[in-house]
Parts: sequence; structure tokens; C-alpha cells
Amino acid sequence: MSETKNIMIVGVGGQGTLLTSRILGGIILTAGYDVKLSEVHGMAQRGGSVVTFVRYGEKVSEPIVEEGQADVLIAFERLEALRYAHFLKPDGALIINDQRMDPITVVTGAAQYPENIIENLSKTYKVYSIDASAEALKLGNARVFNNIVLGLAAQHMDFSKEDWLKVIENTVPPKTIEINQKAFLVGLEYK
Amino acid sequence: MSEKKVMLGNEAIARGAYEAGVKVSSAYPGTPSTEISENLVKYPEVYCEWAPNEKVAMEVAIGASISGVRSMASMKHVGFNVAADPMYTVSYIGSNGGLVAVVADDPGMYSSQNEQDTRQICRAAQVPVLEPSDSQEAKDFMKLAFDLSEKYDTPIVLRTTTRLAHSQGLVALEDRVVPEDKPYERNIAKNVMMPGNAIKRHLVVEKRIKDMAEDANTLKVAETGFSKDIPLNRMEINDTKIGFITSGIPYTYVKEACPTASVLKLGLVHPIPKKLIEEFASKVETLYIFEELEPVIEEQVKAMGIKCIGKEAFTLQGEYSANLLREVVLKQDLNLNKPAEVPARPPLLCPGCPHRSVYTVLNKLKIHAAGDIGCYTLGAVAPLSVVDTTICMGASISSLHGMEMAKGKDYVKNWVAVIGDSTFMHTGVNSLMNMVYNQGTGTVIILDNSTTGMTGHQDHAATGKTLQGKVVPAINILGLCKSLGIEHVQEVNAFDIKKLEEVIKEEVARDAVSVIITKSPCALLKEVHFPNKCVPVPEKCKKCGMCLKPGCPALTKNEDGTISIDPTMCNGCGLCKNLCPFDAIETVEK
Repeated sequence: MSETKNIMIVGVGGQGTLLTSRILGGIILTAGYDVKLSEVHGMAQRGGSVVTFVRYGEKVSEPIVEEGQADVLIAFERLEALRYAHFLKPDGALIINDQRMDPITVVTGAAQYPENIIENLSKTYKVYSIDASAEALKLGNARVFNNIVLGLAAQHMDFSKEDWLKVIENTVPPKTIEINQKAFLVGLEYK
Repeated sequence: MSEKKVMLGNEAIARGAYEAGVKVSSAYPGTPSTEISENLVKYPEVYCEWAPNEKVAMEVAIGASISGVRSMASMKHVGFNVAADPMYTVSYIGSNGGLVAVVADDPGMYSSQNEQDTRQICRAAQVPVLEPSDSQEAKDFMKLAFDLSEKYDTPIVLRTTTRLAHSQGLVALEDRVVPEDKPYERNIAKNVMMPGNAIKRHLVVEKRIKDMAEDANTLKVAETGFSKDIPLNRMEINDTKIGFITSGIPYTYVKEACPTASVLKLGLVHPIPKKLIEEFASKVETLYIFEELEPVIEEQVKAMGIKCIGKEAFTLQGEYSANLLREVVLKQDLNLNKPAEVPARPPLLCPGCPHRSVYTVLNKLKIHAAGDIGCYTLGAVAPLSVVDTTICMGASISSLHGMEMAKGKDYVKNWVAVIGDSTFMHTGVNSLMNMVYNQGTGTVIILDNSTTGMTGHQDHAATGKTLQGKVVPAINILGLCKSLGIEHVQEVNAFDIKKLEEVIKEEVARDAVSVIITKSPCALLKEVHFPNKCVPVPEKCKKCGMCLKPGCPALTKNEDGTISIDPTMCNGCGLCKNLCPFDAIETVEK
């Protein structure tokens, strides 16, 4: 791989984007690449819009993914997918968790939650969406939705299923390994 | 080959300090510097502590240095203002054991109240500054900082930014090497800064910075270890049409956007290596100075009579990027898709946050709050819109006092000061002393959630736990306030909105200083468990919207005017239930 790969994870503070970036970092190291990750801490984590950048390749220089550069954009929420879609390369993959979380500006009536986000984004980008929360509930644990989304994103990356499962095993709390691996496979096998 | 690990910039800084043999570290949490202490404490060989504020932390480190061991303090940029007093003078004293302050700037203000540039303070204090570009350099430069501190008898600042502090990259680990403690010898002329001594020391400081500027042309990154022969200030001569002088994270943007350009990468950003800069400038056709925030390097280069382009092309604000270089320097049309126009998603108080409960009462009573620094600053945001002012740590109480002294005691009868427990211990208590001493009559609400919340749950002197998690006697905030001679001090459960309303009404009307301590732990603390969750009862709902007033993110309004409560978000604090006049929300066991 000569070019650096750029991945972004976006969502709402508290949705567990940091766990996803840890798993991603783990799998990249397993493959022996250089890697840089950049994340948001502090005030922005309190229910605000959050972004994590992951870059890997032979030698990575800057730690951020810039507009027009992302190969894969993983969005844990529809509105956040819309907010950051312009970071994608023209042929980049946009992975969307089909979930709506109203920001306070919508709750108070100061703004409207946009309609038909996924349909509209599909006109410009290659969109792959999943209702991961519903799928997670089927597994009996609403909190593992982010590994379902990651599984869907993994369809657009070049790492083996075995490596993914191994890294999940090494990253999540021991009691939750099985359910998180199951969740990941739901996403990986989703069509 | 040594072991390599992916490390956060802050984790790498802690590792560097550990490997350098640091023995004492003191800090006050502040984004983006907090994880330095949180990682350093994992090495039991190092004594680490949380101090009540950055001035105290710096002075602890200075004392340890004078005694002969390697020591450090870490803080965010605005914390450096608090620590500036000891820093300006320890610059005169110098170091015995290596003395390093890590200061984290926040270009783009991800979690700060201003965008100041630490290099400016360091220039004024004549303290040398190192600036790494990635996690590996963060570790290497930290080790170098201790060596330089001892070699030049000076404190050193390691400057980082949010992007470095919170980025992860590969770091090669090395062993810890503890240098022998320096002997302590009484040296009044050097360590007692009264005018007669300080006048002489000032000459030493000026000579030191001059010597260092000369040496900066040839300094190496490390005397030991794998990175031995890399120059600290490094010329990378490629295509000479364009040249950049840069440092820190912006260096990585240059390498990304202009990989064939020539670069002078500065590791030491104060004092700058003038000979190297002259040489580099003479080799390139167009010279750019690419530095985030203030034109610190640029102004010095221009003062040397060298033609260069800096802030006329690049902004003073926010973070830089490779795209900025592609557009401004390479004049590329990036042909980017336009960002969609979308509703903002500002940060919020969490579901179950006790501050929301207090602010709901203040909002109802139409009381203004002089605010402070912490999660509770978010009380300024709609729909709560309670916080009128936010300046710096501790300013809530003192600025409220200023209003009263300007306009009289009746003016502050619909005002309170709100301040968190950690911030109160930081500098709020001084302001309260002033209010008592100068006979103010303000009402102070201490939002005591038993932690430093915004930075991710650090303990402090009033939580009864140290950085190591050791249980120690907690300073009692109520007792502390009473000891100042304040008669009216009381604790109220933050979620008891009826009682809270009564108490606030009573205390703001009082012609004396009063303190209300609203007690309830942060909803995100591990030991906090709400047994219930809130569930709407749609058939009783009259669609009045009372429950939506506090702006809890778990609640949303349905199209028909009733509400939904997200069961994965609700912490079951019961605030919405208690506000509902029609019993249309109930709590059920989780």
C-alpha cells in the first residue's frame, strides 16, 4: 500500500467513538503499518459533535484527515453523517448508522432536523447504512451498536475477519468480548 | 529493536519524563494536558500529585528541583498564567535538578476560554521552549528538556497543542535512567530573589538565553538513546523554490502538502537559531513562516532583516492544515464539496447532571449567574441560559463582588456566583475571602459534584482521594467557608428543587455573604448509580413543555407534542418527573 488511508469516525459525544478508534488502531498495528490517530477530549465530549481521525500507511505525517481526503467515513448518527460528508474522497465509502439524535438546537425549536438525509447523501456519495441500534437490541445489548457499525465499515477495509475478532478481544472489557464480536459480525455480514 | 507502542502525545510526554528519571510531578487538570499526570501516575517510581492550582504545582516542582531531583509541572495554557508568577522568577533562579513545565496550548479553542500563545509568555520570562511534532518527539524532547535544564541551569517549557496532546502515534520505548540526585548547597545569592540578588541574576538570565541561542544552531535531540544524532533544529533541503520555517504540528502539514519543499524544522522555538535561519533563508527563493497562533518566529525573522511571508498569508486563528498550504502556497483549486448547512450540535450538560437541576431553579427565579470554568459553563447555553459571565478560574465570586461594589447591594439581589468544587479549591476560595473581608453581601452557589468534571474526573483536596486513588481526609468545603466567618452556609441536595428554590430566594435577599453548597455527585462517576429511569405516560401528558425546559438530551418532543425519553440516555435523575405538573412522567426500576 503506497498511499496513506484516511478514516474518520464521527458521532455524538458519549456514543463511544473512542472505543471504535482504539479497535481501529489495534487492527492497523497488527498489520504492521505506521499509524496516527487524533481525537477530541474535554468540552466537546459532552453531547457535542465529535470527530476522530485515523490515518495509516508506510509513513504517516499529519494526524488529521482533511476535507476531500477520507476513504471511509463512519457516522454513528445521520445528522453527523451530513455534517462531515464533504470530508470524503469522491469514491469514498460513507457508513451511516441510521439513527436520529436531536441536537439541543432542534429540541428547542431553533433549528429543524433535516429530512431524507440518507437519500440525499446517496445522490453524491457511496452510502452504506444500517439501523445498528435495532440490530444491537436483537442481540440483547443496545450498547454494542458501534461494533455493528464498525463491522459494516470493515467491509471497505483490507483486514481479515480473524484479525478483527482478535483485536476486539484484546480491546473490550473481558466480560463483553463475545457480545462485541457477535455485534461486529452482524455488521461485517450485513448486505 | 526497542518495543514500539501507540501513544497519545500526553502519554508519550509522561513516558519521556519517566525515562528521564523524573521524581516529582505536580499538576492541576486542564484540557488538553490532563492525561500527562494520569499516565505518569502509572509509574510507581514517580511521585505524582494533583495540586489545587497551577501556581502551587509549579512551586512544588521548583522546590523539588532546588532539592536536587528532576521535577515537573504540567498545565494548560491558561493555567500557565496562574503559574506565571513563580515561572518568571524561577527563570532567575534556574534549576538544580532538571525543571520542566509542560504547557498545552489550544489553537481552535476546543476546550478553552481563549487562544493565547504560550511562547509569548516564555519569551517574556526568558524561558527556553521546546516544541515536538509527534508522539515520538514528545517523548524525546521531554528527555532532552531535563538535560537542557541542567546543562543551562534554567527551567524549560515543553509546549504542546491540543492536536499533539490528543493524537496518537508510534513511540519506541527505552529504559528509565535516574541520574544521581544533585547535592543541595545553600546558595542565597542564587535562590533568594530579593533585589540585590535578582539584579545580578537578571544578567545571568540574559547571558544564558544568548548562549543558548548560539548553541541552538548545533544542538542535538538527545545525548543518549536511539535518536542520538538528529539535530534539534533541522534543515531539510530539497527543492529550494519554496522554504518553510516551521515547528510542532504545522511541520506535519508542510510534509503532507509540500513534501518536496525545503524545511527548517525548529525543535527549540525560543531562543531561535539565528545563524541557521540566515543560512536557510539564503538557500530558498520564497520563505514562509508557518506557525499557528501568534507570529512569534516570524517577527524575530523579520527583525533580522530577512524577507519572509507569515501572517499576511496565514491566519492568527485556529488550527492550520495541509489544505491551507495547498490553497495559499501551491494555489491549488481543491474543488471541495461544500459542507452541508446543518443544525449545530453544541456540547451539553449530561443526562442526570446535578448542575441542570440547579440551573432549572435559577432559570425559574430569573436569577443571573456570574459563572466560572467547568462543565457548568454550559449553563450559558439555551434553554437554560442562566450564566451571564465566564472569565477565568475563580472569577465568578470576585466579579460578582465587583458588581456589588459598583452598583450597591440591591443590584446583586437577583445575582449569584456559581462555581464548581474543584474550581472553588483552585482560586475561588481567595475570592470568597475578599467578599467576606470587604463586606460584600453576595450569594455563592458551590456546585459540589465531588470531582473535577469537565477534564474527565480528577480528584482534588475536597474529594478525599489523591491522584493515586489513596483515601485521605477530605477538606470540608462547608467547614472551610464557615471558618472564613460566613454565618450562612448550608448544604442542599442538588436534585431537591423545592428546597433549593426556597434557599436561593432566602439567601439572595439576605444582606450578608451566604454560601449554598449544592451536593450531588457527577452522574458520570463510576460509583454513581441511579436505580430508576424516567418513562413518559402519554395519556396524562398535557403537552405543556415543562419537562423540556431543562434541556435534558434524553428528552425529545414528538410531532403530536408529547415527549419521548431515550432509555439508553436517561440516568433516572427524576428532574423532568418532578417538574411535570400532571404526573405524566414516572420513574420505573431499570
